[in-house]
Amino acid sequence: MISLTFTSVFVPFSSIVLLQPKITNSFSNLLHYFFFCRQEIMKWNGWGYSDSKFVYNKKGQAEFTGKRYKLSGMIIPGLKDWMENTFGATLQHKAAATPALNSSAVPPPTLNEAFVEELKSTGVPFSADAEDRVFRAHGHCLHEIFALREGKIGRVPDMVVWPNCHSDVVKIVELACKHNVCLIPYGGGTSVSSALECPPEETRSIISLDTSQMNRILWIDEKNLTAHIEAGIIGQDLENLLNESGYCTGHEPDSMEFSSLGGWVATRASGMKKNIYGNIEDLVIRIKMVTPQGVIEKSCQGPRMSTGPDIHHFIMGSEGTLGVITEVTMKIRPVPEYQKYGSVVFPNFEQGVACLREVARQHLRCHYHHFFLSPDNFNLMFSTGHALKPQVSSIFTSFLDGLKKFYITKFKGFDPNRLCVATLLFEGNREKVLQHEKQVYDIAAKFGGLAAGEDNGQRGYMLTFVIAYLRDLGMDYFVIGESFETSVPWDRVLDICRNVKARIIHECKDKGVQFPPLSTCRVTQTYDAGACVYFYFAFNYRGLSDPVHVYEQVEHAAREEILANGGSLSHHHGVGKLRKEWMREAVSSVGMGMLQSVKDYVDPNNIFGSRNLL
Amino acid sequence: MASKVVYSPRDPMLKKRDDFEDVLEERRRSGDLRYALRCYSPVLYKGPTTSKASELKTMVLQSDQLHYVVNQVSRESGVPLDDVQAEASVILEEMAHRLQLSTVRFFAFTLSKVFKAIFRSICVNEEGVQRLQQVVQEHPVVLLPSHRSYMDFLLMSYLMYTYDLPLPAIAAGMDFMGMKVVGEMLRMSGAFFIRRSFGGDKLYWAVFSEYVKTILRNGFAPLEFFLEGTRSRTSKSLTPKLGLLNIAMDPFLKGEVFDVSLVPVSISYERVLEETLYARELLGVPKPKESTSGLFKARRVLSEDYGSIHVYFGPPVSVRSLAEGRVNRSQFSLTPRHIPRRPSEDVHSFVNDAAYRLVRAQEENMVLKPWVLLASLLLQNQGAGQNRGVPLDELIQQAVWLRDLCRQFGAFLHWPDQIPSSEVVSSSLSLHGGLVRVSEDRVYLALEQEPHCSLTAEEELLSQAVVVLSCASYRNQVLHVFLRPALLAAAIHTASSSQKQEVYSSFLFLRNMFSNEFILCPGAAVQDFEEACYLLTKVGALHINQHEVLTAERGHRTLAFLTSILDPFLQGYQMVCSFLCEDATQALTERRFVPAVRAFIIKHLLKGRLRYPEVLSSDLQRNALAALLRLGAVQKVQGGEESGTLKVNRVMLNSLEDTLGGRLSTQKALRAHL
Repeated sequence: MISLTFTSVFVPFSSIVLLQPKITNSFSNLLHYFFFCRQEIMKWNGWGYSDSKFVYNKKGQAEFTGKRYKLSGMIIPGLKDWMENTFGATLQHKAAATPALNSSAVPPPTLNEAFVEELKSTGVPFSADAEDRVFRAHGHCLHEIFALREGKIGRVPDMVVWPNCHSDVVKIVELACKHNVCLIPYGGGTSVSSALECPPEETRSIISLDTSQMNRILWIDEKNLTAHIEAGIIGQDLENLLNESGYCTGHEPDSMEFSSLGGWVATRASGMKKNIYGNIEDLVIRIKMVTPQGVIEKSCQGPRMSTGPDIHHFIMGSEGTLGVITEVTMKIRPVPEYQKYGSVVFPNFEQGVACLREVARQHLRCHYHHFFLSPDNFNLMFSTGHALKPQVSSIFTSFLDGLKKFYITKFKGFDPNRLCVATLLFEGNREKVLQHEKQVYDIAAKFGGLAAGEDNGQRGYMLTFVIAYLRDLGMDYFVIGESFETSVPWDRVLDICRNVKARIIHECKDKGVQFPPLSTCRVTQTYDAGACVYFYFAFNYRGLSDPVHVYEQVEHAAREEILANGGSLSHHHGVGKLRKEWMREAVSSVGMGMLQSVKDYVDPNNIFGSRNLL
Repeated sequence: MASKVVYSPRDPMLKKRDDFEDVLEERRRSGDLRYALRCYSPVLYKGPTTSKASELKTMVLQSDQLHYVVNQVSRESGVPLDDVQAEASVILEEMAHRLQLSTVRFFAFTLSKVFKAIFRSICVNEEGVQRLQQVVQEHPVVLLPSHRSYMDFLLMSYLMYTYDLPLPAIAAGMDFMGMKVVGEMLRMSGAFFIRRSFGGDKLYWAVFSEYVKTILRNGFAPLEFFLEGTRSRTSKSLTPKLGLLNIAMDPFLKGEVFDVSLVPVSISYERVLEETLYARELLGVPKPKESTSGLFKARRVLSEDYGSIHVYFGPPVSVRSLAEGRVNRSQFSLTPRHIPRRPSEDVHSFVNDAAYRLVRAQEENMVLKPWVLLASLLLQNQGAGQNRGVPLDELIQQAVWLRDLCRQFGAFLHWPDQIPSSEVVSSSLSLHGGLVRVSEDRVYLALEQEPHCSLTAEEELLSQAVVVLSCASYRNQVLHVFLRPALLAAAIHTASSSQKQEVYSSFLFLRNMFSNEFILCPGAAVQDFEEACYLLTKVGALHINQHEVLTAERGHRTLAFLTSILDPFLQGYQMVCSFLCEDATQALTERRFVPAVRAFIIKHLLKGRLRYPEVLSSDLQRNALAALLRLGAVQKVQGGEESGTLKVNRVMLNSLEDTLGGRLSTQKALRAHL
């Protein structure tokens, strides 16, 4: 396990650039900490690692701190202007967060003494420490983080337990049933659906079941290309461990640095490489889940079965309401021999989407490619992309960039305000990658797309991981925002993008937001019959008395708009408590009844009482 | 919420009205040629726009929607695909407009000349224009003018040109196509032509609806059509037609555009060009077929004075806000959007409600001239059987009283307060010299013809009716102001007691009876009742407590006025009922209904059993029949040898007639219906 070393942290770029080993070996000593108490190196009231964040340095320039990412330690000259121009967020108006958790603000734990006594005898570690409890009381919804920054603490778990293996979980669940305490499973804590929030109406003792210690790969089966893995493992660690044996899962959600395998299964996660490897439902072979009624699992590893409705589908997406996922058998693939990034610039979003549709129609996904599309004012590549473009030593590079921009806007007649960019990643054997790349660029050309180089493509990937940190910077300067997603049939993509963006702007105006909001979107996944669309929404909340409420009203309206335009309630974020009100509409009353009857059978006493989903 | 967007039934007095600006004033100061040739650069829709009429056609012909229907028609009829496609092109060719700026400039020039010759002023609310300029950039716009004259759409385009607004694409009836040169010129100024009826023709419907939607979706131009479907011959707003509105809302409901803005436009003429033409038509003299030569004969009108026109661009109504909470839009995401589907029940009722509200908005913003009050008073006087006319000073005094009542009811009355009332009245009378006569300080309706030839009694009656109906068309302009209180007044009159419940059920009965005659929003009975109660309490005519509706001491005059304004309609409907009871033969069809009922009414008028020649209006007769069909008192036989004939339920007709006449309580009548 220790052999992981630092590469784990850098994996998104390990194959891209040769990183200078910036960290001394003493870092490996931290690993113990890292695994046992992740909160030691992670922010308690923001995204990601404590040492990594955007700040304005003394000269007033934006800088990304820490040493973990390619961007770390670099000055990002355009970011300040971008923040000012996009949001009207200036250095003068700072909204500082509460620096540290005030333990006295945390309500004292309600412990079930009998449960605690018996738990002690099992030897499973637990804690009722305020910091441990607060850390596991939230996901990353805006209102959750905003409250933490203000130092406001609501209902939090009364206790945290760290089972070490499947049988520990069995014992804990048995005890929980016996003593009627409420269990909320906790994986990586990256939920954005209020799924981890403790129901305020819960009167029983709430136990957060932290799966982080169940992080081993139990075996790898090279004949069948499967691996059996404990569900608490964090995505990036899983990928690194498998890489050592020459394998990968190919499941890379944007949150993979922090999210866990069990969380993926419980929310029906999707990764950015799903076009070749598949989503989580395509990747799992067997799941083991501990429920109040006992353990549910299949009896064989057949790749497909016709044995009635697939019981895995009761587990996947159950969002912690039925039990704890402890072990998963997953498909693995050999690490691809060759990777190549790429990017294409389209004259406008419409053309970009048409191109994606065509690529999907031709089933050109045997090798992986990945699209970011972002229209109009917030063009991830050409606004944020530039804003985030680190100061480079070479003048030559920027000169080339200028030329390219000139070529695109002047010579090709693209309107810089309507440009959009797709970033690509091809994986596989070299020959096929190159052949494939050509096919995709040929299609792109038919839709007016121009190849925009590998480095733009790479930059897109860098953004994927650091973009979440941007929100914390925004919040330091009165800007709040969030992203949310949906899936929608192809013929609706353009309409839903236009209407939801317009609705957001409309609602902000209506609710008295003083500054023009950022309202934009991108297509992140393609399917045969549709696509996954992400919306980004943020605004400067200066002058509003209850910004979070305004934010929530606007997000609510945006979701209504999504549903009215034929979008799904969620593509992969899940329902949690945030989107519960639309569940009946989404799956019909009969559907709700079916889900409810499963819940009633599996967990009649609502031990898994997070009250998500239903 | 949604209703407030369009009009607020509560205290209309609070509504602030915009100021008007006379566009002819500028025209009288500077040259028309220069105006016609000036640089025209309208504000455009912010979205991607297609500006060429030919591109528009291509888009329609290549649309999924049309392809689907072409395939379907070809499969069902066995006609080869190419032929059906070709037919679609022909239909589109016949329909599509070919907007040309040069033609528009020609119209700008000619119309300036004509307008200056016949109108004193054309007043437009500037704020409305500014709102329109704003909204045209934001969302696709649908202009919904009221329709009282052929002049309407020429005038609309003229104003759009004047204010640098994009020229609308106007849905026009095919009958214009008959006028060769003019038809083509209208086409080149933005009109597109639709057949009056194309019931089962799928292909035609597909081309037409796709054409309209393409115009909207692409922000090609504002769409303009008449909600009322045709010119109102009576100056009453007509029951809205839903077809085009359905199509216009479709792009929003299906998520193809973020919103659509509907802009009701109220055009009020001080003197309608077609005034006596309409009256003749209503009396059964068929309207002259539109022909170019006919139009030139109309040159005579150039020497006349038609007073002023007021055009009020109402506040834009967002379809999105109308639909909020009314329509579940996700229903459109379950089948491909290009497959034509009948609107579901909830969509239909939503569009219907919206249409009524829009027509109400048109009514509310219609500017009323003093003459409409005078016409109302003179007609009542006439109805009271006093052919001796009204003393001028009495008329002035009554008009001032009515003006004040009108204002209290929130009417948009354009009565120049700075001028003495006597002058206002006499100038109105002189403008309508064809309808009224003033001699020896008495005012008469101009009923007597020059004694040139010997007319039969019937001919004389009809010629009097022409004048009465012309006057009635002016009175009708103010009806919407008085309608709800008048229904209440009539209900109080007919109700057997002053119990509120009793009065309400009388009100309901009358409202239901007249819902083909007047614009009464479906499902808004309670609102209408409350509004009527509110207004009549406000003017001190009624005392209303929890259980009773009592007439106030000083309310008699108001109530008497209100009841008698409705009286011709009450009498007319009773006439139609008794005709159907007494005179309807077995073979009465809908087509033969109007001539037959007319003959019946003429008989009664000549015998002096009926006082109101305006009951001769075929509009009233048709509306009455529609109401009776709706209520089931008359049924249309479907199929068989007698298909199309009207079957009469005498018992029900009798009870309806008695209830209208106040001889039967509404409770009993309602029971009789069941």
